[in-house]
Amino acid sequence: MSDRTRPRLAVWKFASCDGCQLSLLDLEDELLTLAAEIEIANFPEASSVFSEGPYDLSLVEGSITTAHDAERIHKVREQSKALITIGACATSGGIQALRNFADVNDFISAVYASPQYINTLATSTPISAHVKVDYELQGCPINKAQLAEVISAFLAGRKPNIAAYSVCVECKLRGTNCVMVQGVPCLGPVTHAGCGAICPAFRRGCYGCFGPMETPNTPALSQEWLAHGATPLDISRAFRTFNAASAPFLKESEAHGD
Amino acid sequence: MATKSILVDYLARVEGEGALDLEITDGQVTSAQLKIFEPPRFFEAFLRGRSYTEVADIVARICGICPIAYQMSAMHAIEDAFGAKVEGQLRALRRLIYCGEWIESHGLHVVMLHAPDFLGFPDGIAMARDHGALVKNGLAIKKAGNEIMQVLGGREIHPVSVKAGGFHRVPTRTELAALAEKLKRARDLAVTQARWVATFPFPDIERDYEFVSLRHPDEYPFNEGRLVSNRGLDIDIADYDSEFEERHVAHSTALHSVLKRRGNYLVGPLARYALNFDRLPASVQALARESGLGPVCRNPFRSIVVRAVEIVYAFEEALRIIAEYEPPAAASVTIEPRAGVGFGCTEAPRGLCWHRYEFEADGAIKTARIVPPTSQNQPTIEDDLRAVASTVLDQPDDTIRHLCEQSIRNFDPCISCSTHFLKLSIRRS
Repeated sequence: MSDRTRPRLAVWKFASCDGCQLSLLDLEDELLTLAAEIEIANFPEASSVFSEGPYDLSLVEGSITTAHDAERIHKVREQSKALITIGACATSGGIQALRNFADVNDFISAVYASPQYINTLATSTPISAHVKVDYELQGCPINKAQLAEVISAFLAGRKPNIAAYSVCVECKLRGTNCVMVQGVPCLGPVTHAGCGAICPAFRRGCYGCFGPMETPNTPALSQEWLAHGATPLDISRAFRTFNAASAPFLKESEAHGD
Repeated sequence: MATKSILVDYLARVEGEGALDLEITDGQVTSAQLKIFEPPRFFEAFLRGRSYTEVADIVARICGICPIAYQMSAMHAIEDAFGAKVEGQLRALRRLIYCGEWIESHGLHVVMLHAPDFLGFPDGIAMARDHGALVKNGLAIKKAGNEIMQVLGGREIHPVSVKAGGFHRVPTRTELAALAEKLKRARDLAVTQARWVATFPFPDIERDYEFVSLRHPDEYPFNEGRLVSNRGLDIDIADYDSEFEERHVAHSTALHSVLKRRGNYLVGPLARYALNFDRLPASVQALARESGLGPVCRNPFRSIVVRAVEIVYAFEEALRIIAEYEPPAAASVTIEPRAGVGFGCTEAPRGLCWHRYEFEADGAIKTARIVPPTSQNQPTIEDDLRAVASTVLDQPDDTIRHLCEQSIRNFDPCISCSTHFLKLSIRRS
């Protein structure tokens, strides 16, 4: 098939661990088929071919933490018909958004001997704070089957079939006994589904890496945690991880103080 | 004075963001800088104040390709600080999950990122048009590594089962028996892959590295051992600061690491292999010899063969662990936090991953230090660039650029360790 007829895909990286774009390469059984259906026009982690835009679909990994990246994301948007963020960094600012609660200069001097060499913003922000985003795929990391679904849906011009309910539903589907009723603090009731409810199946509470579900009742969950003996510090820490800057988790962590 | 500059603005097929800046003056390479412009994420800063119970999930996010390396080094450091010891089957399971990470990480690099350089393709997907069966084999090998991660850790990226003292859940014998069948098939593919990469055309370049890796009394190293080198280094991991030093240079957000007395050194597959060849099983040693390797390999381009051999070792080791597996009575040993300092150092696919944490009495982190493998190799990568570029200075810029990019990919640099990669500029006149 000629490249002119194949949709053109681009993958972009901002501040991140590379795990979400790695999910594309982790589609070991589907990768070669996918590559036959679409033109992978820009994917530096996988290929030394850099083809100019415009692109039909851009997948964006990572958050905005430098002035340079705050400009670069606009260039990515201009060249992209559709732009999808993949993962917690691009969707909510990621773990590096913990700087938003601190003095970034203190962070810089804690890590670097020569702070003058470091050029960084005081905050880590999601892509949607800078440009229009057509779809946000949550997860730290994203689920690779969901990634394949989102790519297929966009190329077919339909809405992705991604459930917006909580991890609790996935536990029920999987047949996992509720860990919360066994006394283990769990963020499952407020966390977006998509991982397949792995943590409770591994006998631990969900730690919220997929970020908030559509309409989370975080205060009710916090009451439940307190009743189980958790401290306000435990609660604030639990909401301040990979999706700390997402609105519902931010609000709940602030309700339990620093 | 004639000065020429060659720039590569964005290095491809590396995990992260970087650039290369090469300056050639009067026919000599006068400067070679690997610029890492990955935006810093400040893990060591925001770990302060977090509980030891949160560390495994947090440090995994340093790297999506080698989360186990960060989890393992951190868990050993916590256990060191709190005086806990993880032994027997729990220790074996840690080696097993590490085997999974080596296989998926090396597997990705060998077939999708590195092999295309030798066969003249821009990527693994384009290479599949002419070498379909071998690319599919490579992906099947990588997938088998990921399956180990899934069975033990729940998922391949940022697995959820690792904790201080062991695991949240350990696998059943039935789960591991099913996994073993897949691993046996993939091991055979990995042997074929090692023989295949051994036939690639390699530039005839030898480098005089100081190799640094862990060395264990009985095992090829994953989680434990002393820090040794081929030039007499032999120290406890807790004494790292007496021999090594991290430096902050202007052109990199990754700190450079050097040996105080002797300067640049190399970590990763070439170092591990050279310092631990005698710890490999006879069958793997034989495969290495058949693949054209001696007990020491100093040609960085042949690192692809060493990685392919380490993949086979990881399969053999995984199968040995599974064959001897008896589920332990508890998934973890008890951890009692106390004030103190702990060290952990393990062999990430790309080499030493060293951690040091200082804890408050309640188990909250006071200070954290993490030294990832790529920052240790960065000065050596620059030495290699200088040496490799010097052999082709009379060639067109494109040839120099291509060989330099390849030279960087020899190290499988992973720049997302707060570090990211590449841009090649060659300046000459």
